[in-house]
Amino acid sequence: MAKFTKKKKGDLPAVSTASLPDIVFMLLFFFMTVTTMKDSSLMIKNELPYADQVQKLDKKDRVIYIYAGKPSPRYQDKFGTAAKIQLNDKFADVSEVANYVLAERASKREELQNVLTTALKVDNETNMGLVSDIKQELRKINALKINYTTKNGTSFQNLK
Amino acid sequence: MARRGAPPEVNAGSMADIAFLLLIFFLVTTTIETDAGLDRKLPPIEPPTENPPVIKQKNIFTVVVNKNNDLLVEDEPMELKNLRKAAVDFLDNGGGTGEKGEPCDYCQGAKSPESSDHPSKAVISLQNDRLTEYGTYIAVQNELVAAYNELRNREAQRLYGRDFTEMNATYLDPKTPDAAKDELKPKLERIQQMYPQKLSEAEPKSN
Repeated sequence: MAKFTKKKKGDLPAVSTASLPDIVFMLLFFFMTVTTMKDSSLMIKNELPYADQVQKLDKKDRVIYIYAGKPSPRYQDKFGTAAKIQLNDKFADVSEVANYVLAERASKREELQNVLTTALKVDNETNMGLVSDIKQELRKINALKINYTTKNGTSFQNLK
Repeated sequence: MARRGAPPEVNAGSMADIAFLLLIFFLVTTTIETDAGLDRKLPPIEPPTENPPVIKQKNIFTVVVNKNNDLLVEDEPMELKNLRKAAVDFLDNGGGTGEKGEPCDYCQGAKSPESSDHPSKAVISLQNDRLTEYGTYIAVQNELVAAYNELRNREAQRLYGRDFTEMNATYLDPKTPDAAKDELKPKLERIQQMYPQKLSEAEPKSN
């Protein structure tokens, strides 16, 4: 007569987790390659407008960023709701733009100083007056190559 | 002689935790690259000249955006969706002759004497108010650039069988080898010469 051994209840084999690190590393490397470091935290509302005739921005080390928009709610009681310029983690006045761009330009390598682009990341509800003032400042210091950073979409999405 | 046992294995159970920690760190501190936009070149500040060059009224396509984000094109109110077509018609009209007296033999426009003479003479003038919204301004800019790109693409397709925008993107891509760039450059310049981008922006009116 055959011998039957009765299986004990609740004796599930453990799922091997040995490959879990590999999976997580895969994810890690994916994110390390497709993303870039955030360099400044935004203190303003920055809803970029849409455009479809776009050109890709140059490499990151050849770009100077200028942000503008309404201060975010947590800064509004201190700075009001009028649109402001943000340069490197600080709110700034229009008159400071020129010095900032010149300082940024001086800090880049010499062969890059002539190919720099100024990227304007401006909220789509900002008034053009502020943007024109920034453009005028950039003209004064001969930083003529600019890029209006936009999101991908048709221009009709800008008009609600 | 006693056999030495295999060295004890290092416990790798916490490796996943360490990797998760790294992963979460990178997720929080980085952003997915979204940087693309409209490239423009600002005009340099020039000393005021006594005699600004005279441009015939019919060679200027005026676009005015007011503080309520409405468009006025050639003194007529217009919807944004019609702007691209109107700009293409204006640029491609070719009713007269160019700088050296040559007619525009590649234009496919209406050749109306009321509109622009030649693409090389046609100027688009954009004027906005200080209270215009930036989103509207970008939308108008985008439509005007689209009009230029549409005409340039048409000519590039006819001459080289490729789109101008695609050729330009290849040219600007740092990964493109130099030999390919040298080959593209004269082609791009030729197209740009056929439809030069003359987009003038007046200082916004303050009120």
